[in-house]
Amino acid sequence: MRYEAPLSVEDAVAALAGQPGAHVLAGGTDLLVKLRSEMIEPEVIVDIKRIDGMKDIRAEEGGWRIGAAVSGAEMSEHEALVADWPGVVEAAGLIGSTQVQGRATLAGNLCNASPAADSVPAMVAAGAVARIVGPNGSRDLAVIDVPQGPGKTALEPGEFIASILLPARGQQSGDAYLRFIPRTEMDIAVVGCGVSLSLDSENRVSAARVSLGAVGPKVMLVEEAAEALKRRVLDEAALDDLAAACSKAATPIDDKRGTVDFRRHVAGVLARRAAVIAATRAKGENA
Amino acid sequence: MALDDTKKTRDFKVVGTRPDRPDGIDKVTGRARFGADMVLPGMLTGRILRSPHAHARIKRIDTSKAEALSGVKAVVTRADFGEVPADVADVMDNCMAGDKALYDGHAVAAVAASSPAVARKALKLIEVEYEVLPHVTDVDAATRPDAPVLHEGRQQETVPKGMSANVIARSEFGHGDIETGLKQADRVVARTYRTAATHQGYIEPHACLATMGPDGKADLWVCTQGHYMVRNTCAAILGMEQGQLRVTASEIGGGFGGKTVVFLEPVALMLAKKSGRPVKMVMSRSEVLRATGPTSSTSIDVRIGMTKEGRITAGFAELRYQGGAYPGSPVDMGAMSGFAPYDLENVKTVGWDVVTNRPKAAAYRAPGAPMAAFAIESAIDEAARGFGLDPLEVRLMNGADEGTKASYGPTYPAIGLKATLEAAKTHPHWSAPLGENQGRGVACGFWFNFGGDTCVSLNITPDGTVTVSEGNPDIGGSRASMTMMAAEELGIPYDQVRTIIADTGSLGQNEVTDGSRVTFAVGLATIKAAQAAKAEMCRRAAMVWGIDEDAVEWADGAARPAGPNAGKFPPMTLKEIAAIASNTGGPIAGHHEVNAEGAGVSFATHMVDVELDPDTGSTKILRYTVFQDAGKAVHPSYVEGQFQGGAVQGIGWALNEEYIYGEDGILQNAGFLDYRIPVASDLPMIDTVILEIPNPGHPYGVRGVGETSIVPPLAAIANAVSAAAGVRMTQLPMSPPRVLAALQAQADG
Amino acid sequence: MSQIHVTTKINGDETEFLCEPEDTLLDVLRDRLGLTGTKEGCGTGDCGACSVAVDGRLVCSCLMLGAEAEGREVATIEGMAKGDQLHPLQRKFIEMAALQCGICTPGILVAAQSLLERNPDPSEEEVRYWLAGNLCRCTGYDKIIRAVMETAADMRRAS
Repeated sequence: MRYEAPLSVEDAVAALAGQPGAHVLAGGTDLLVKLRSEMIEPEVIVDIKRIDGMKDIRAEEGGWRIGAAVSGAEMSEHEALVADWPGVVEAAGLIGSTQVQGRATLAGNLCNASPAADSVPAMVAAGAVARIVGPNGSRDLAVIDVPQGPGKTALEPGEFIASILLPARGQQSGDAYLRFIPRTEMDIAVVGCGVSLSLDSENRVSAARVSLGAVGPKVMLVEEAAEALKRRVLDEAALDDLAAACSKAATPIDDKRGTVDFRRHVAGVLARRAAVIAATRAKGENA
Repeated sequence: MALDDTKKTRDFKVVGTRPDRPDGIDKVTGRARFGADMVLPGMLTGRILRSPHAHARIKRIDTSKAEALSGVKAVVTRADFGEVPADVADVMDNCMAGDKALYDGHAVAAVAASSPAVARKALKLIEVEYEVLPHVTDVDAATRPDAPVLHEGRQQETVPKGMSANVIARSEFGHGDIETGLKQADRVVARTYRTAATHQGYIEPHACLATMGPDGKADLWVCTQGHYMVRNTCAAILGMEQGQLRVTASEIGGGFGGKTVVFLEPVALMLAKKSGRPVKMVMSRSEVLRATGPTSSTSIDVRIGMTKEGRITAGFAELRYQGGAYPGSPVDMGAMSGFAPYDLENVKTVGWDVVTNRPKAAAYRAPGAPMAAFAIESAIDEAARGFGLDPLEVRLMNGADEGTKASYGPTYPAIGLKATLEAAKTHPHWSAPLGENQGRGVACGFWFNFGGDTCVSLNITPDGTVTVSEGNPDIGGSRASMTMMAAEELGIPYDQVRTIIADTGSLGQNEVTDGSRVTFAVGLATIKAAQAAKAEMCRRAAMVWGIDEDAVEWADGAARPAGPNAGKFPPMTLKEIAAIASNTGGPIAGHHEVNAEGAGVSFATHMVDVELDPDTGSTKILRYTVFQDAGKAVHPSYVEGQFQGGAVQGIGWALNEEYIYGEDGILQNAGFLDYRIPVASDLPMIDTVILEIPNPGHPYGVRGVGETSIVPPLAAIANAVSAAAGVRMTQLPMSPPRVLAALQAQADG
Repeated sequence: MSQIHVTTKINGDETEFLCEPEDTLLDVLRDRLGLTGTKEGCGTGDCGACSVAVDGRLVCSCLMLGAEAEGREVATIEGMAKGDQLHPLQRKFIEMAALQCGICTPGILVAAQSLLERNPDPSEEEVRYWLAGNLCRCTGYDKIIRAVMETAADMRRAS
C-alpha cells in the first residue's frame, strides 16, 4: 500500500487515475476501520486534506460550500453555518464520538454510502449538491443521487467529492434531523429523519423536504410526506399525516439494530418530532 | 504478645479512610504497563486463525505455505500440543480446536512472524478444509432431542434419558415441598424469563508475551486475574513443571471474571518454544467478543406462591443456562443464589447445564446469579404488586436473617440483607415523586463470596518501611486495601507500606482474583503476616530489654512493655527495631499461607427510577441507588466504585447488551459499535449506601463487595420498566423494539 | 513496502519516525515511539482509549494514519504532566477514585483536558456527552464525571 498526500486537485486526480484499488482519505473514520478489518486492501490511499480549499467553509450564492475535509467539529464551531443549517450540522455532529467529530466529514459520510449515514438525510432534506472532481473535470450532483445502494456511489473511477454546497437558506425556513439509537450516543441510526421546510406569513408550510435514513437500501426523499405538510399549519392532523406517510414510505429490514415494525413506526415518530423542530426554527425560535 | 481477633468494634486509624491508590500516578500518566505494553528484544508477533463456521469438522490443515513465507518463524496447530491431561482438555480445545471447530471464532491455528503484516499474510496462507456441520446457538433449541450435538459422551448420569446430548448436567437445590407451599398461596405467579448472553466488556483485550528457552524454562507476561492459574494451566497443557514457568501479571485493564481462564497463553508459549523467540499476542476487540468468555444466555421458569399478606409460601425455579461449547455453565450458582435472600419453607431450584455452538462461557461478576435474580425478583415483584403490597415490605417480611436456613443449604451467621432493605425504605429515593411514564423498581441480590488459597509475604526493610508481596492481580484497588490493612495492623502510616503483586516464583499458590475474595482473603493473610512480623518485632524488643517476649505488646507502631510488671522501657518503634535487626537475629518478615475460609456472604438492595418514551420504547435511567453490605469498607471510595460499576454493568445487561447470532451461527455484533455497553451520557450518578454488618470470619469484618452489585440491577430495572409500561417485561435486554412491541400489544389489548 | 518518513511534534518535541503506510498513529505511538500510555481497546473508534489531540483537536489515534501526522502537533497522555507536576485532572482523578483498572484513564484524561480547554464550566450533561466516546467498564462513570466537574471548578477558581 502507498500513501499519497497531494497538494492540488489535479495531483489527486492523477494519483487516483488508473488505480482501481485507490481509496480517498478525508476524515478516515470509516476508511481506517475497513482497512483494519481487511475489508479493503487498497494499493494507494490518497489523502485529500492538504489540497487547498478542502478544509474551507465558504459562503456561496447565499449558501455554504463545505470542503470535503471539513470535520463535524469544525462545522459545529461555524456560527453562521449553524444558524442557517442547524439540522445538517447537528446530523453531522451525531456521527460517532467527540473524537470522531474531530475527523469525520460530510463528504466521507456520503461516500461511505451507508443507508444509515446520519448526515445524508439532513443533506437530502436541505437539497445539498456535491461537487465531484475527476479526470473529466468537475460536475455537480444532487446529494440524493450520490448513494446507489449500500456501499455503492455514483462516483466514477478516479472521481472524488471536493465539496458540498448547502443552498441558500430561505426566509422563514428551518431544518432538523433526528435519529433513533438504542443508547444516547455512539450508535448507528436505527432510523433517521431529516426535515427542511419553509413557512408562509400565516405559518403554513410553503415548501418542505422530508427524508428518511436506515429504512431502505439508501436514504430516501419522501415526496408524500412533504405533500402531507404543504399549505398546512403543523397541527396534529398534519403531523399525523406526515407520520403516516413516512411509516408507509419506509421499506426497512429486520437486522441486529431493529425490526421492520419498529423502524416503520419510529420513522413516523421521528418525522413528527423533526418537523416540529424545523418549524420552530423557521419561526426564528430556538429549538 | 496479645492479639485479639474477636474484637469487632475497634477504632480503625487507616481502614475506613480514603488515601490515594498506590497505582494512581502510573495510571494517570500512562506509565502503568498493561498486557500489550511490554516489549522484548527480538520479539515476534503472534496471531490466531479462527473458524468462520459455527460448527465444523476440521478435515485438514495445511500450514506449509505459511511456513514458507519470509518472516514466519513458527506455525502452531493442535497437533503441536499432543495429548494433554484430562482436567485441562477442554481448556486446551478452547485455546486451539481439535477435531472440530465448535463456534464462530474458535482458534484453529496460530503463527509467529516478524511483523504484524507478515503474520496477517501468513494466516491467509493457512489452508483449512472444513466440513460444515449443523449448529445450535439457542439454549432451548439445544436441549431438543433433534438438536445438532456438540459432544457425544459428556452427559452426566443426573440427566434423564432421552434428552439431547447437549444437556450435560442436572442439579437440584432446596428444601420443603413446593406443591404443599403453592396450595397455601393466594396467588401463584408462573412465568418464563429469558436473558441474552452478555460479555464482561473489559476495555483491555487479552494480551501476553511469552519466552521459552531450549532448556524448557519459560517466562510469561500476561494480563490475567490469576497468574498462578495461568502458570498451572499452561504447565499442564505444555507438559512443563510448574516451577519452570514464571508468570508475571501485568496491570490488568478490567476482567470481571473474563480473565480467570487462559486463551492465548498456551499458544504463545508454544509459538515461543517453536520459534525460539519471544512472542507477543494481543487480541483484537472482535476476537475478544467472538472467542472469549461471555456469560450464559438463559431460559428460566419460575413459580412463586404468595399469601395476600405477602408471605412467600413456595419458590420454584427451573434454570437452563447454555455455557457455550464446553460443559460448565454457571447454572449451579444461579440455582443456589436466586432464592438466597429469602427465608422460605418450601424452595426448590433445578439447574440444567447446556452446551451450544458459542464461545465457552467464562465467569462474569457473580457468575450465574444476575439471571436467576432477574427471574425470581421479577416474579416476587409481580406477586407483591398484584396484591398492592409494598415490594420492600414483602422482601423484609420474607427476608433471610441470622439463623435462616438458606435455600442452598447452609444456615446464615450475621448477614446484612434486612439492613439494606431498611436503609432502602428510609432513603429519600423511596419516597420521591414519580412523573408520567416513569416507574420505580427494587430488587435484592446475593453473592456467596469466596476465600481460597492465599499467600502474603510482608518484609520490614532496614530503614523501617514495609513491603507487602501478594499474588493476586489488582483489579479494583486491592493494593490500596492491602497497604491499608498492613498499615492498620502495624500501626504505621499508609505511605510507609508498599504492596506489590509478586510473580509466580515469589510466593506459594494463590487462587485467582475471583469470588470477591481478594480484600477478604488476601486482606486476612496480610493482617496475619503483619501479626507474624509484629510478634517477631516484639521478640526482638524483648531480647534488647532482657525481658520475656510475652511481656511485650505491640501498639501504635511500637513494641511496648505489656504492663508495669514487665519493666519500664520506652517504646521501641518499628523503625528502631528494623535498624537493629541485623544485630538481633537478622532480617524481619512475616508471612501467611492459608486456604481462607469464612468469606461471609453479601447482600444488596437496588432501587431505580426509569422513564419510558412511549413512542419509541426507549428507557432512560433517571435515578439509581445501591444499598449493600460491605462488612467493613476498607477504602470506602473503592467500595462505592464497585457498587457503581456493578450497577452500570447491570444496566447495560438489562437494556442493550446482547450477543446476536445470525441464522448462520455467526456473531453479528463483534465490536463495541453494536455490542452496546453503557456510555457516560446514558447514565445518572449512581448513589451508594454502604452498610457495615461485620463478617465474623475476618479480623476487621470485611466481606467481598465486587460481585453482589451486579446481581440486583437486571430485576430492579425490569421491575421499574414493567411499572412504567404497565406490562410485565420478561425478556432481556429490554431493548426499545422489545419494549415498544410490549406497549403496543398492551394497547391492542 | 516502502516506509514513509514523517516529521512531527509530539508532546512539544520535534520527532521523526519511519512508518508503514498502513500504520495508524496509534501503532506509531505505541510500537515505534514507545509511547504506550495511549491504549488500544477496539481499533475502530468506539472506545476512546486511544484518544490524543492533533493540532489541538481530540481524535482517536486508531482512526488516523501515522503518515497523516506529518507537520502536525500530537499531544498524548505522556505530555499531560509537566515534569513531576501532574495536571489538575490527573491529581483529581487519583484523589476522587475516578479510575479503577486504569486502561481507559489516559484516553479519558486527554478527552477531558480537551473539553476543559474549550469549556471551562461544563454542565454534567456536557461532560457526559463529551466523554460518551470514552468507554469505561469499571466505574459506571460516576466518579469520572464528578472529578472532571470538580477539576473544572478548581481551575476556574485558580484562574
